[in-house]
Amino acid sequence: MGLKILTEHIDKPGIETFEVYRKHGGYTAVEKALKKMAPDEVVEEVKKSGVRGRGGAGFPMGMKWSFLAKPEGVPRYLVCNGDESEPGTFKDHFLMKTIPHLLIEGMIVSSYALGAHKSFIYVRGELMYVIRILEKAIAEAKAAGFLGKNILGTGYDLELVVQPGGGAYICGEETALLESLEGKRGNPRNKPPFPAVKGLYESPTVVNNVESIANTPWIVNNGGDAYAAIGIGRSTGTKLISASGNVKNPGVYEIVLGVPVEEFIYSDEYLGGIRDGHYLKAVVAGGSSVPILPAHLILKTANGENRLMSYESLSDGGFATGTMLGSGGFIVMDETVSVVRNTWNFSRFYHHESCGQCSPCREGTGWMEKVLERIVHGHGNERDIDLLVDVAKRIEGNTICPLGDAAAWPVGSAIRHFRDEFEWYVRHPEEATKKGAVYMPQNVLV
Amino acid sequence: MDAPQLIKVTIDGREVHVPPGTTILEAARQIGPEVAPPAMCYYKPLKGSGGKCRACLVKVTQGSEKDPRPMPKLVASCITGAQDGMVVENYTNPEVVNARNGVVEFLLINHPLDCPVCDQAGECHLQDFAYENGLATTRYEEERRTFDREDIGDKIQLHMNRCILCYRCVYTANQITDRRVHGVMYRGDHSEISTYIHQAIDNDFSGNVIDVCPVGALTDKTYRFKSRVWFSKPVDAHRDCDKCCGKVNLWYKGDEVIRVTARKNQWGEVEDFICNTCRFDKKQTADWVIEGPTKVSRASVISANKYGKNVIKKTGFGLEYAAHHYKPIDDTRPYDKNLKEIKQSEDYKALMEKNEAFFSKK
Ligand SMILES: Cc1cc2nc3c(=O)[nH]c(=O)nc-3n(C[C@H](O)[C@H](O)[C@H](O)COP(=O)(O)O)c2cc1C
Ligand code: SF4
Ligand code: FES
Repeated sequence: MGLKILTEHIDKPGIETFEVYRKHGGYTAVEKALKKMAPDEVVEEVKKSGVRGRGGAGFPMGMKWSFLAKPEGVPRYLVCNGDESEPGTFKDHFLMKTIPHLLIEGMIVSSYALGAHKSFIYVRGELMYVIRILEKAIAEAKAAGFLGKNILGTGYDLELVVQPGGGAYICGEETALLESLEGKRGNPRNKPPFPAVKGLYESPTVVNNVESIANTPWIVNNGGDAYAAIGIGRSTGTKLISASGNVKNPGVYEIVLGVPVEEFIYSDEYLGGIRDGHYLKAVVAGGSSVPILPAHLILKTANGENRLMSYESLSDGGFATGTMLGSGGFIVMDETVSVVRNTWNFSRFYHHESCGQCSPCREGTGWMEKVLERIVHGHGNERDIDLLVDVAKRIEGNTICPLGDAAAWPVGSAIRHFRDEFEWYVRHPEEATKKGAVYMPQNVLV
Repeated sequence: MDAPQLIKVTIDGREVHVPPGTTILEAARQIGPEVAPPAMCYYKPLKGSGGKCRACLVKVTQGSEKDPRPMPKLVASCITGAQDGMVVENYTNPEVVNARNGVVEFLLINHPLDCPVCDQAGECHLQDFAYENGLATTRYEEERRTFDREDIGDKIQLHMNRCILCYRCVYTANQITDRRVHGVMYRGDHSEISTYIHQAIDNDFSGNVIDVCPVGALTDKTYRFKSRVWFSKPVDAHRDCDKCCGKVNLWYKGDEVIRVTARKNQWGEVEDFICNTCRFDKKQTADWVIEGPTKVSRASVISANKYGKNVIKKTGFGLEYAAHHYKPIDDTRPYDKNLKEIKQSEDYKALMEKNEAFFSKK
């Protein structure tokens, strides 16, 4: 088993309590940071670590922190993004419910580094039980003197607030999240200004994913250089992957970045391979938004190199033959899965979740869904396939927030790599819509 | 104090000098309507408006003098600040034309296209926008989403089917009326403009939501079906009003004032909002001091009683228009792709002649 940064103590009974967490070295990072380090030193370590945002975009966390504006007399905020609603992604949920103190410790260290005195954890609204777990953990940490006024006698104050989300995927987009946190409708804002300059209540704000923040205690304890030594290239550290689909062992895995995709899918240490008697057909590697890849392209890049679980390797080949690590929602499909139906399903999601501000996304997501629905039910025609490509292209890049792109990519990539299957649906609708019908592209199964 | 240093922006090859902080769209407007990007949601007098419809997308081919890199994506010109030395392509960039074409298509797929019975027809920004930037055909075969019509108050009707969710009325209700009961409910293409739990807007300035609406979604019930816009003539008039500026347009049909609206500038923006008394209750000539006929652009539908060919900006529009009028639709014809080739064909020349004939006849 590889090195574990986040999940090392996950199996310890009672790890969700302050006592057990503390016994396993918990909150030492708070002690170290607050007592021995200046806030800027913490920022420096995070920068050195090279850790990249785990929420999807993979933006270097230290760099984001150093962009935070610091005008005099204006509060700064840290907001943790725990909205996790991307289909196929369930790692933050897992982390928050099993080891809540890790996130809280990370929030304290990070807030200290950024000079925030009031920080928020915005948790997906459906996860009320997780919110209760977090609130209980916060109360414990407060009772132990790690939160509140004058933490550990260092003079640093921090209040931590858990906010139930607005019940929409779009509230995971950072500026929509801030609107929602302010008590408004969760519509993404136009950027610039970016949150680092004008975020929550018009004050400089950093928004980071749960997993990103959970990495900070380890970085403080062991140093940024030690973190940077883990992983491969600019993909440093470990990553939580939430694997689902037709594999033997679905679940949440912490992997060292750089593990070959083939090993991740087939080794017993991880997913254990495709369920018996079936073949790998396609993988959506980073949550529903990223391009889907057929088996041969997920295992090897177009140049024939082994594909690795890292930011760079997964995006090798651009969108023509690559994809993205995204949020780490790894969805595996065997030959019984219809890519066309699956694309329709994703489209339905984005249609449902578009906030409706910008016309390309509002109208385009609904359009794509309706066309796909027609195709799936045997009423498509050949022109529809090109129409879908064109509509997706006209949404992509032309919207306020990346949800428009996220809706366009799955459609564009599915047609790029599985066009023959779409054609099968429109040319042989009776056959394709039969219950249990499976399209067999002979050359791409592994 | 020194006057602020002006910055230089080039839009479609034409230069303009503007104060720092000016948006690309405002800079383009200073040059003139030929290069000004269309705006369906941005509304200068309303704070925070813009960025939503994406009609005003432009290509920035040079970011600034200091950092000449182009911007990777098209940007919404209404909310993007101009930089010194910035070079912008609007109507001259095929990518922009294509994206805008897409925006027209998106805005129309769920639009009822009921212009023949819509009070806004003739002064509708969506009509203008589609006419100038769209195609004459649709690829949309699905069902359109529909809503029930709704009265909000006794003077205003909401026709949600026609709404393009520009949010202008929401900002208006927010910024110029004091009790906000007006906003957007639901998400995505089910979003609805609504007054909270159907609470009627009753507020002295609520009528302004009619004027800011670019389409026929919010219409004046006292004017309902009274006339087509182009059969009425606008006149500038004012009165002493204790609530508002009292400066309005009276719309006459014969001797009768059939409608009162706020005055709008060249870009269709109201600069002085008016109160409901002036708008709904003062419909006698005797109520007003008449200043004279409103200046209406010659190219406008109101002045010409029709859309003229002089408003067509997009190359190829006439071709497609004529083709669809005079020929059975042939889907395999690559209108967009091989325009050059087509233009040289006999077929095209014949079509263009017919096209010319069609417009000169009108
Ligand atoms: C539609 C949409 C939904 C998103 N949902 C989430 C989410 O649920 N959780 C998350 O951490 N980031 C989400 N993001 C990404 C955030 O906008 C933001 O990039 C992220 O929280 C930054 O944190 P990081 O730098 O630590 O990754 C979403 C983005 C978009 C466009
Ligand atoms: S891209 Fe979609 S979700 Fe994002 S702001 Fe626009 S309409 Fe809303
Ligand atoms: S006018 Fe700029 S996006 Fe609508």
